[in-house]
Amino acid sequence: MKKVFFDHISTTPLHPDVLDALLPFFVGQYGNPSSHIHEQGQLALRAIEGAREKVAGLIHATPEEVVFTSGATESNNLAVKGVAGAMKKKGMHIIVSEVEHFSVLNALIPLINEGYEITYLPVDRHGLIDPEELRQSVRDDTILISVMHANSEIGTIMPVLEVGAVAREKDVYFHCDATASAGHIPVDVERMGADLLTLSAHNFYGPKGAGALFVRKGTRIAPLQEGGFQEGGLRAGTENVTGIVGFGKAAEIAMDEMEEDALRLRDLEQQLREGLKNRISHIHFTGHEVSRLPGHVSFWIEFAEGESLLIYLNINGVMAASGSACSSNLKAQDEEDLVASHVLKAIGVPSDICTGSITFSMGKWNRPDEVDYVLEIMPGIVQRLWEISPSYSDYLKSGGVRR
Amino acid sequence: MSIGPYSEKVMDHFMNPRNVGEIDDASGVGEVGNPACGDMMRLFIKVEDNVVTDAKFMTFGCGAAIASSSMLTEIIKGKTVDEVLTITNENVAEALDGLPPAKIHCSVMAEEAVKAAIEDYRKKAV
Repeated sequence: MKKVFFDHISTTPLHPDVLDALLPFFVGQYGNPSSHIHEQGQLALRAIEGAREKVAGLIHATPEEVVFTSGATESNNLAVKGVAGAMKKKGMHIIVSEVEHFSVLNALIPLINEGYEITYLPVDRHGLIDPEELRQSVRDDTILISVMHANSEIGTIMPVLEVGAVAREKDVYFHCDATASAGHIPVDVERMGADLLTLSAHNFYGPKGAGALFVRKGTRIAPLQEGGFQEGGLRAGTENVTGIVGFGKAAEIAMDEMEEDALRLRDLEQQLREGLKNRISHIHFTGHEVSRLPGHVSFWIEFAEGESLLIYLNINGVMAASGSACSSNLKAQDEEDLVASHVLKAIGVPSDICTGSITFSMGKWNRPDEVDYVLEIMPGIVQRLWEISPSYSDYLKSGGVRR
Repeated sequence: MSIGPYSEKVMDHFMNPRNVGEIDDASGVGEVGNPACGDMMRLFIKVEDNVVTDAKFMTFGCGAAIASSSMLTEIIKGKTVDEVLTITNENVAEALDGLPPAKIHCSVMAEEAVKAAIEDYRKKAV
């Protein structure tokens, strides 16, 4: 059976060149970079600093401004809690968009309990915030604006240049979660006016467990954990040398191949979107039509539930993602955790429909024949679910009127 | 084939749901929904001489919701109305070799659907 991986937004396969680059640091070159008096330690330290230069190059930062972490979740936590901790005397007001990742939104919960006030910026039906509304939301006690670069669920790319301009105008720190965008579209911390920016290696063909937080020189931020003085004192603990070396290599490759990849992915995206539109009725695409990640197609289908669609796709060899609570929270411990996607609710999709959301995210090695295969199997899967759906039955009986 | 936290039996009832459809002259119809995830289950029963002789369902929902509906129809066919009323969501979940904690509500929906269908039958029978 054909196997098609269309879930690159959750993770990407490791680039073979990344594997070649990092393998020597598991065996042979296994030194601890903090023990840099001896040869092994020096090798590890040099490798880390080389990777730091490459990651900095990907986002137009200086190497000293790159703090390696365990991934995007830690970077987002460090940015939000770290700034809050260091800036408490200036103010206790933070502004975020409603569609941020949970590693931003949930990092705010302990801060709220401490007395911080949060403004959640709404988004329009495409998932975009209004920069003017952001400007109006900034107060004298605002210390941080956190707005993501691109949304993983609906693919929308936020107007980050405008966000950065507002932050600079109002003299407020701007944190941008670029997990979904870095390595796929240009990220320039200078143009964006970002003071902090989150990156994750496995989202662009690097290893899992390696992330970074860009911290602009001079930004006041407190560490989250106590320990040694690694990463400029902002992230204690022995560095994940293999992960960091792989991260650096992935950044280097992305700089070389990003533009070409994006062009190819735009073609695949168009092929998939048009094909779905022509083959499946009652389909509703989500996110912005133009300002969106290359290779990202997200939609919901009336009368067809997301997890059921995903299971049938998987049985047919196609791996995709859903914004559906019922599929994304299978490990949830109780029904309380089964809430509709906050992103889909924010763009105005009714909560009982949110469960039908599907995200196809294509990557470097996907091909047009894989899109053809998905287009071939999708109508049958949808039809099968419609045939069992009471609301579709009502719809047919009523001659096309929804209940 | 089991998928993730779903048992082989859940997958079997999801992939090959038993008793899908509607009963035109149903003795009772029960419809329940779960606003949290948008699932909806509609159960049709045919009752003759106080025995459920036929049961069919239509369900919008996840794998567990469809499997619970399918299993429920298998369980209730041939049982008396009183026996059917003693069926709990645990019975449905156990018959499916268990459901993930977050999906227990699907079996609850099945229990509620059958109770609603019996209530409808009794109302019509009066």
